[in-house]
Amino acid sequence: MLEELLVTVRSNPKIDPSLGIWSWEIPAYLFMGGLTAGIMLFASLMVLLARDEEFPFVARKLPIWAPIVLSVGMLFLFLDLSHKLYVWRFYTSFQPSSPMSWGSWILLLVYPVSILLAACTLRQGYPWLGRLVDRFAIGKGIVDFSCRHRATVAQWGLVLAVFLGFYTGILLSAFSARPFWNTGFLAPLFLVSGMSAAAALVLLGTRNEHERHTFTRIDIVLITIKLALIALLLVNLATGSGVQIEASQMVFGGEFAIPFWVFFIIPGVMLPLILEYWELKGRRRAWMFISPVLALYGGYMLRHLTVDLGQTSSYLNYVNAFDPALLDLLR
Amino acid sequence: MIRYGMVIDTQLCIGCGDCVVACKTENKLPAGLNRDWVVEATRGRYPDLTTEFRSERCNHCSHATCVHTCPTGASHLWKDTNIVLVDPGKCTGCKACIAACPYDARLIMTPDGYIDKCTFCHHRVEKGEDPACVSSCPTHCMHFGILDEPSSAVSRLLASRQQKVLLDETGNQPNVYYLI
Repeated sequence: MLEELLVTVRSNPKIDPSLGIWSWEIPAYLFMGGLTAGIMLFASLMVLLARDEEFPFVARKLPIWAPIVLSVGMLFLFLDLSHKLYVWRFYTSFQPSSPMSWGSWILLLVYPVSILLAACTLRQGYPWLGRLVDRFAIGKGIVDFSCRHRATVAQWGLVLAVFLGFYTGILLSAFSARPFWNTGFLAPLFLVSGMSAAAALVLLGTRNEHERHTFTRIDIVLITIKLALIALLLVNLATGSGVQIEASQMVFGGEFAIPFWVFFIIPGVMLPLILEYWELKGRRRAWMFISPVLALYGGYMLRHLTVDLGQTSSYLNYVNAFDPALLDLLR
Repeated sequence: MIRYGMVIDTQLCIGCGDCVVACKTENKLPAGLNRDWVVEATRGRYPDLTTEFRSERCNHCSHATCVHTCPTGASHLWKDTNIVLVDPGKCTGCKACIAACPYDARLIMTPDGYIDKCTFCHHRVEKGEDPACVSSCPTHCMHFGILDEPSSAVSRLLASRQQKVLLDETGNQPNVYYLI
């Protein structure tokens, strides 16, 4: 038996008694990043495969959501920073060993490409917005430029979408100090989950029956892959080193068992999978709105639980008996 | 690179916590924040128990994952040494370094928000003095010096006694040694 007890006070905020540096902001940022990747990926594929007419929502209305969703995600990232006035420091250096530095610079590339990808779709997708943009010389110039180089923009969009999706997973998996995160499965899992979230967004927005049907099928495949990757991730952890086995135990009967199975796997993965399968079979049409909402919820919960599980898993197991609340009573 | 290290004799440490107080005083840390701490580790099964006290802090690792993960270069090595410092003027408070440290040795400076940590009292080391925690230890169980210098006190102690480092399996190559 080994008991390690802290005998001096350790009450560093957000670190003691257990790590809690990242709350909802980082999971929300990772979700938005993944969703942006999914939107850009589908939008780019439509251009490259020349399927504009077949999938009108994805080709014309979806792309504008990439820079919007990304901006909201970046806002969440900013909200998380504890030394906010120095946010510009991300862009005064490039640190090749830091995934977060890579991410900062990738986002700087993703932004203009996502805007260019959306610009060419404005006149058809959102005519009022297209007319508004056309009133300004610079706006018209950007739209014309993006339409002239549509294929090139889509090629960049496709590559950057994959980079962005992978990055949201690598950001966490690169932390060797946190056993639950330290697995290569997070990158493909977050990319597939981002694509699934984008497919869910399509299902919420489209009014085209063929598009709905195709994207329901696509989402079913993506959710199935996501489920397989989650299973592989857990197998990977459960057969890993001692600390990884301990980390995996948190979802098999530990404190995260109920949040993981009851609040994530069942409502966020299994239910949308079953509902979308029923939709394909022509049953339960009334559920059409619910399944994509649940899929989006599942996409967020995946990040939220992963961030929490990673922070809770640790190499250290110190007993910290200090309770700041008791000290406050003395004051 | 000059590799500074600390050698702590667990046979002499009584867990008094003077090192913690000295650090807070020397570095004027706000109430509630700590750069070092003491752990009482008890092994075995009653009545065959052994206890050791360990004064712990940043290990100023040779493979410092916190430095590698910092996106702005705020976490850096001091001069040509292994002493890991944080430049508040470059720190965004993204907290990636905290997640990257397996020892949970970093903290968020309040109310400012930048990340803070043990500096091995580099302002004292610069003047040829020991870190405050080492200087204040009443049992003289703590030693500081250059690890790669065979004649230094820390090297001689490491050559003469059995030792361990914490979480060697992480591959961080920590530079705080514990004599056992």
